[in-house]
Amino acid sequence: MMTRLSVGAAPHLPAGILSPYSDGERGAVIADFADHQRRKKSASVVPSPLLPVTIRGEVPGRAMRGGADLGDHWPDAIARRRIAALRALATLFLSILFLVLPALAARATDIQQVTSPKGINAWLVEDHSIPIIAIRFVFDGGSTQDPAGREGLVNLMTGLFDEGAGDLDSEAFQTRLDDAGAEMGFDAARDGTYGAMRMLAEQKDAAFDLLRLAVTSPRFDQAPIDRIRAQILSGIIASERDPNTVAQTKWLRAIYGDHPYSRPDQGTKDSIATITAADLAAFHKANFARSGLHVAVVGDIDAATLKQKLDEVFGDLPEKQLLQPVADTELKLGQQLEVDYDLPQTSLQFAYPGVKRDAPDFFPAVLMNQILGGGTFTSRLYDEVREKRGLAYSIDSNLVDHQHSNALIITTATRSDRAAETLGIVKDVVKKMAEEGPTEAELDATKKYMVGSYAISNLDSSSAIAATLVELQLDNLGIDYVQRRAALINGVTLDQVKAAAKKLLTPAPAIMSIGPKLEAK
Amino acid sequence: MTSSTRRLRAALLTGALVIVASGPPALAADDGKVANFLLNNGMEVVVIPDHRAPIVTHMVWYKIGSADEPPGKSGIAHFFEHLMFKATTNHAAGEFDRAISAIGGSNNAFTSYDYTAFHETVAPSALGEMMSFEADRMRNLILTDEVIKTERDVILEERRSRIDSNPQAVLDEEVDATLWQSQPYRIPVIGWMQEMEQLNRTDAVAFYDKYYRPNNAVLIVAGDVEPDAVKALAEKTYGKVARGPDLPPRIRPVEPEQNTKRTVTLTDARVSVPSFSTQWVVPSYHTAKPGEAEALDLLAEILGGGVRSRLYQQLVVKQGIAASAGAFFQGSMLDATNFTVYGAPRGDAKLSDVEAGVDAEIARISKDGVTAEELDKAKARYVRAMIFARDKQDEMANLYGSQLATGGNVKDIQEWPDRIRKVTADEIKAAAARYLLLDRSTTGYLLPQQQAGN
Repeated sequence: MMTRLSVGAAPHLPAGILSPYSDGERGAVIADFADHQRRKKSASVVPSPLLPVTIRGEVPGRAMRGGADLGDHWPDAIARRRIAALRALATLFLSILFLVLPALAARATDIQQVTSPKGINAWLVEDHSIPIIAIRFVFDGGSTQDPAGREGLVNLMTGLFDEGAGDLDSEAFQTRLDDAGAEMGFDAARDGTYGAMRMLAEQKDAAFDLLRLAVTSPRFDQAPIDRIRAQILSGIIASERDPNTVAQTKWLRAIYGDHPYSRPDQGTKDSIATITAADLAAFHKANFARSGLHVAVVGDIDAATLKQKLDEVFGDLPEKQLLQPVADTELKLGQQLEVDYDLPQTSLQFAYPGVKRDAPDFFPAVLMNQILGGGTFTSRLYDEVREKRGLAYSIDSNLVDHQHSNALIITTATRSDRAAETLGIVKDVVKKMAEEGPTEAELDATKKYMVGSYAISNLDSSSAIAATLVELQLDNLGIDYVQRRAALINGVTLDQVKAAAKKLLTPAPAIMSIGPKLEAK
Repeated sequence: MTSSTRRLRAALLTGALVIVASGPPALAADDGKVANFLLNNGMEVVVIPDHRAPIVTHMVWYKIGSADEPPGKSGIAHFFEHLMFKATTNHAAGEFDRAISAIGGSNNAFTSYDYTAFHETVAPSALGEMMSFEADRMRNLILTDEVIKTERDVILEERRSRIDSNPQAVLDEEVDATLWQSQPYRIPVIGWMQEMEQLNRTDAVAFYDKYYRPNNAVLIVAGDVEPDAVKALAEKTYGKVARGPDLPPRIRPVEPEQNTKRTVTLTDARVSVPSFSTQWVVPSYHTAKPGEAEALDLLAEILGGGVRSRLYQQLVVKQGIAASAGAFFQGSMLDATNFTVYGAPRGDAKLSDVEAGVDAEIARISKDGVTAEELDKAKARYVRAMIFARDKQDEMANLYGSQLATGGNVKDIQEWPDRIRKVTADEIKAAAARYLLLDRSTTGYLLPQQQAGN
């Protein structure tokens, strides 16, 4: 079934690694930190329009389904680990699941709110059983902040933090980082600029000091700018005749119009050519400021030491961010795009309205989506399209949660001569859900899944816990969210889920097909 | 994904696997000791206690992969992995999935050349239930023609998705078939389309009866468990499954000596930046003489393992002609394996410039070897990776599972760091000089259409 298989890419893929269907899990697990240093160094341009579907602080594991490639984006990838959660947190969640420990409130102290003398806040989970420390942070404002004509600026910037900082040039910085036994990565998302580091506890002084240099004093020397830009350019060129890339570019334009979300994160050939060192420095100054910073730390470090390190790393940053406002936008639904290519398979993509993270019907919508086409092998779409008819290898639905726009996206790929049939089945499944909603039994089972899977999907390693805690901060969910979450899910009624289904799935969707012309059925 | 990205990514995956697959020294040093025992029916068990989180990863590894398939039946190992999710005499189709879902667990399976594995991650209290389901499907599947037909359509779609829609994957498949002239790694794990289309119930039943037996399986349990408790549960579940007939040793055709330089070229309209990879047949951890596979691991790291490697520094940074360049060694295989270098140009550079640059670095490392500093740093990166690996319970489970399914044992894993530490610069130079021969290699080229014939 869900198979990982070292399929045809074989000579290059180690046995048993590729995870075809992939919840993004296995494949990403292996990629994890191994490629930390190489990220950005590759010509990697992953078209990631709507797929990097994160419900922030929720089910990131799910988010990766069908999008294993996205695991390439390192700091995001580290959120998608499995297993090995720290005992404190995971105990908390599983306790809720099995209703064994009623006195959960007492464990809230497992996540500490730490405030440094200079006022830097962080959430900390101490765990001294393994001598490593993971830190993850985000500055508000990502690629949507790229100035018009300079698209790709933030992405380029995140490729340059280990290419020289302070007195150290690129060579010296990378050598120092390697010697310190630390791994550092930065990544530009739409709404935020992420950074992360994983270090050995015994070398934390050297590691934090390099992180301080990178965060506060990146050099943006011309030679590394030109090199990283050339690599990004090579990636843009390499994918410009790829049907999926071409199609996704059209799709973004079609559903987002002129909104910044319609622009490719890595920019265009023309736009990245114009970016200067001064542009990078100016954006760094405007973006890397304390007012937009959110930090989480997990591992072998105590609160007193962390306070000191927080001031060292972030304390000298400017106080206020200077960001451009970004407007909220509604998806342009009710349209059909056919992108014609002679391919053995037709990819289908559907967009319906989504739900805001702070909306009252957020969890009803999450539960509905899970039943429709969410992560497990038991969803309605999976059952109708794959299990009963063998029409596709992968099919799922995901809620996409960006700060300024939301969507519910269904994706699948099917043999071209039956694409029209598959399209019809997807529409039928959606229509039935919109009209009737799920059954009580489906809802009960899905609540159990959603409550129980949090520890395994979100809290399975130090890095995953840090990633989850950062997202919870971004969403203002509060340090006690992990305790409240189960009740929020269990309190959802069938009528609420039916209402969410009706609201999200009744409008005519945007549909894109990539492949041979759809045969009329 | 672009061709160069794909290669790079693949390389990274490999590098990581090697690290992981070779494992930390004192795995759960602050936890319980790794336990290793046999059930009466021959099923091997490894328990890796890790009490940091109340989670357990349960895996069953069958020592059967695509390289063990009968001639003409390519893809049956992977197809069978899919069929293992169907109904049994005791449980309806989907019941196992629903049971896992109901407790928030996760499950999946994967197939490779040398093994097929099934896994679930759940709370420890559900371990017995997982074992019961897993032991049940080891022998009690109901394979009807209807089930076979629908699921066969699924794997055909899987092939179209993963291979046929992707020029890099199409090329890779044929590069494999060229690198390997005799050894079964020449056949793709997913199978050849025309053979997959013919796989039937008779094939599936024969495959099931032969290979899905306790004496051909390894159980790995990693997480918040005690070995004694695991043993008791395993005896109550897997222990009740009858031992199957002894399987013959996994002796497969091996490669003849390679005396040629082989090239495979794919031009495709979807490609706009060319790329290449060159591979050689080299020993795996299982087939190498002592220390040689460890030397190949370090050679791959120093030559092309990351941004500090020679290929990256020389071609991407200093000469500025490559968008990507690197090397990897895929050590955890039952039979001889491959060592690969790759690269793609950037800017005005030609693919031939990048290939010449890679060749020059290979010639240099074969002739002059590596420095003491390079060697020390490469070793340090492995040691660091081993410490970081302890953060991930499922990586531990994968490490032991893949090792035991490719002819290794628990001791091999535990002694691996020491063996890495012992590798000398001379051994690395010797490995490069012996195996990385440019006129006896297999190179794949992925080219944009307008370059065809150039």
